[in-house]
Amino acid sequence: MSEASVNPPATAAVPTPMQRERATTIFERSVPGRRAAAIPASGVPGGDVPIDELIPPALLRSRPAGLPEVSEPEIVRHYTRLSRRNFDLDSGIYPLGSCTMKHNPRLNERVAALPGHARLHPAQAPARAQGALELIWSLERSLSEICGLPHVSLLPSAGSHGELAGLLLTRAFHAAGGEAELRTRVLTPDTAHGTNPASVTMAGYEVVKVATNDEGGVDLDDLRAKTDERVACVMLTNPNTLGLFDRNIAEITGIVRDAGGTLYYDGANLNAIMGHSRPGDMGFDIVHVNLHKSFSQPHGGGGPGAGPIAVSDRIEPYLPVPRVARVESGDAGNGDAPGARFELRGASDHPETIGRLRGFQGNFGVFVRSYAYILSLGGDGLAEASETAVLNANYLLARMREGRAGRYLPIAFDRRPMHEFVLSASPAGKELGIKTLDIAKRLLDHNMHPPTVYFPLLVDEALMIEPTETETRESLDGFADAVESILAEAEDDPEIARQAPYTTPVRRLDEAGAARNPVVRQDLG
Amino acid sequence: MSGYTSVTDGERREMLATIGAASVDELFDVPAGVRLDRDLELPDGLTEAEVYERLRDLAARNADAEAEVCFLGAGMYDHYAPAIVDAIVSRSEFLTPYTPYQPEISQGGLQAMFEFQTAMSELTGLPLASAGLYEGPSALASAGYLAIGATKRRRFVVSAGVNPQSRETLATYSGGYPAAIAEVGLRGGRTDLDALADAVDGETAAVFVQYPNFLGAIEDLEPIARIAHAAGALLIAACDPIALGILRTPGEAGADIAVGEGQPLGNRLDYGGPSFGFFCATEAQIRRMPGRIAGETTDVDGRRGFVLALQTREQHIRREKATHNICTAQALNALAGMIYLSWLGRRGLVELGELLVRRTAYARERLTAIAGVEPLHDAPVVRELAIGFDAPVDAVLDHCAAHGIAAGVPLGEEHGNGLLVAITEQRTVAQIDRLAEVLAAALEQAAGSGKRTAGAIA
Repeated sequence: MSEASVNPPATAAVPTPMQRERATTIFERSVPGRRAAAIPASGVPGGDVPIDELIPPALLRSRPAGLPEVSEPEIVRHYTRLSRRNFDLDSGIYPLGSCTMKHNPRLNERVAALPGHARLHPAQAPARAQGALELIWSLERSLSEICGLPHVSLLPSAGSHGELAGLLLTRAFHAAGGEAELRTRVLTPDTAHGTNPASVTMAGYEVVKVATNDEGGVDLDDLRAKTDERVACVMLTNPNTLGLFDRNIAEITGIVRDAGGTLYYDGANLNAIMGHSRPGDMGFDIVHVNLHKSFSQPHGGGGPGAGPIAVSDRIEPYLPVPRVARVESGDAGNGDAPGARFELRGASDHPETIGRLRGFQGNFGVFVRSYAYILSLGGDGLAEASETAVLNANYLLARMREGRAGRYLPIAFDRRPMHEFVLSASPAGKELGIKTLDIAKRLLDHNMHPPTVYFPLLVDEALMIEPTETETRESLDGFADAVESILAEAEDDPEIARQAPYTTPVRRLDEAGAARNPVVRQDLG
Repeated sequence: MSGYTSVTDGERREMLATIGAASVDELFDVPAGVRLDRDLELPDGLTEAEVYERLRDLAARNADAEAEVCFLGAGMYDHYAPAIVDAIVSRSEFLTPYTPYQPEISQGGLQAMFEFQTAMSELTGLPLASAGLYEGPSALASAGYLAIGATKRRRFVVSAGVNPQSRETLATYSGGYPAAIAEVGLRGGRTDLDALADAVDGETAAVFVQYPNFLGAIEDLEPIARIAHAAGALLIAACDPIALGILRTPGEAGADIAVGEGQPLGNRLDYGGPSFGFFCATEAQIRRMPGRIAGETTDVDGRRGFVLALQTREQHIRREKATHNICTAQALNALAGMIYLSWLGRRGLVELGELLVRRTAYARERLTAIAGVEPLHDAPVVRELAIGFDAPVDAVLDHCAAHGIAAGVPLGEEHGNGLLVAITEQRTVAQIDRLAEVLAAALEQAAGSGKRTAGAIA
């Protein structure tokens, strides 16, 4: 196939059907008098009294909320139309670095929808929610084994919530040692995810940045210089956001541990090492796991997820509540839970707890999906998933070292990466006059999701690529070929990439205008 | 092992040759000391049918709201979610994308966020809404964080009418910010205004109330707002979004921030999550809002489009100076909420609210007519009522459960011995009658068995 025939259109002169269709909101589809829901009659004996005889008028609304008035078919058409204006993981490669966009098994959706899960009220008495508590307990044990740390709480709702929890645990740990006032600093490498420093501030700590060495790892001299009795914690991810496993990891954790700090592991990149290396064995105290990354919970366009934490013995007393306990029962054989029952325990059983992080028992529906995933793969399957994730990333990198990509998009730190790698489009900028953003936007015309762009911050014009284990070789080749064609095209005419995309429902959007003059809700007149 | 990867042995060899490595093991540049030199101690993988069976067996050991009549509430409620919610949110295009960082190919999700923000703004009567936080109690704690930034003060005054789980969450977060917390009690089921006026001072960043409150009572927000504002503090109201369909909006009553648990809006009970938290505020807080916010704009050809707006508040741009650490939130759950609100529509939401008020009034009449049952207050309610009785709550709940009824949520020591009973449109008059009968029998049995242990509480 010639290059010309694979290249998508490079003009927007003739708008696509979707581009011709003006975006219309559900509110703009509203017609007074239309409706979808039928609300039953109250059925209260004696008939309905006026509502203001039951609630004082001063406490009532002056006018109804301006919700749309639409029929069911209109709702379905509207949101189906919106859905077509989204790219999704089931439509093509989605190599967003550090996001682990792996396949979302539909079995997990099916088991999460079982009424025994989906319609279980969170305030149900534990004795009548034994299946749910056993599932929580079993998932905790699985994550404990994967992370190499003995205790787990599933409560945090996302990675950033796990980070906040970990920092509050750190504070509780130091308070118990009489050092709460002394230890005010948290070390984060300059490659860290943005949530790390934001969580540090929310937890009342000060961020101290640690430099990166020539190998893409933590700069040990800088770490030593900044590690003293004021350090509460170090937050790391390993492999780091460059996709590189830090060879000095044992030394790093040793330095901070000797200085009395806790060690926090951001599990965003756990997909690289499941069954091969464990954060607990590296010396970490607290690990968060993104169930929506390594454990296949769908990302949902920005959630829901869950960010369970696994912790060491010295952190365990402070874990958030409620906690699930497995109790061996004397009278086994009651049929319901042979040999064991499960309890929910609060602060009265765990007096040193940091307390609640949120309502009820966490994002249980996410736990169901991730537990189903772990059961499906088993221990060997998880290890194989990581192997294939690393194989795929290294294969794609090998392909990207060839041809024009190798020339214009060199790897930022030339070491063997694990599940993801970072390229720099700096040479593309100098030689072709196109930026990372332009390459990303032109990829949209190839019906591919671009990599994470402009992150990590220490790489100029960064492209952070994580293909995951669920991509085929053909799809990796397709991505490499698309990048090659974009660069070839730019050699002829860089303007093509600079003006891209051409085929998407809308083209480049005025984000600066949206920031200057924010319109964040519809004016309903 | 799993069908979720596709590389064959032959492909692996070829890919390794392209990479220039002899084995996959060689790709793991991991020092020997931190390599796991054994298999994970987890069971072998199961077939899809086996996993289904295992999960189905676990699910079967839960008494869900389809297996019994559910009067449980305290933040999450057994409302009917229409089939279109599942049908739409299970579409791959909504289910599987990441956060919309590439707006050109994420218009569906971004526009849904914009619609959601509009709907939540309408519900709360406040001009700004974010696209959603994790869930209710942590959204309340996030409002506390905003209040510290907005007022440069570090003291909260919290009504005892706020759900205990929300207060506990706020206390946990306050251990970090940090902030001090003072609590104000209830009088007649509602926040004691005199005690509140005494507690609020010039150091107070925010006053927190719940609307309707934990005991179901509808707070009068206006005098509370006056007390807060006179001291330069913000008023933060945790709201039931269904009740907002008929109640005076927190915005109109003077609240600066309205947050709440979004589950009642078309989301599953799911034993507590995932759902979403909503967060609405006055215009003054626009640069301090937590969470994603979609904004309307145009593309280079002038077409209407949507983007993530005000991203300079967020962690991925502002890092340690961000207004919040949130990244992955609950976008799909917020979409479910928006579909549900479209389904109810302008009139349906009002009708639903009024139905709840009438059936709850009926339940109040029936339950408090039972010998030994006392209402814990006489304040107006929408959909939840608190009753007290002199019998062990656990025994009463067990008795009701044996008759297929989840009668309510134990109130806990703070509010006396009793239950919080929640009504949804799925709880019919006949079911309420049945609850009254079974509860009466339970109390009679408890009295007869001599097990009466005054003050015993779950």
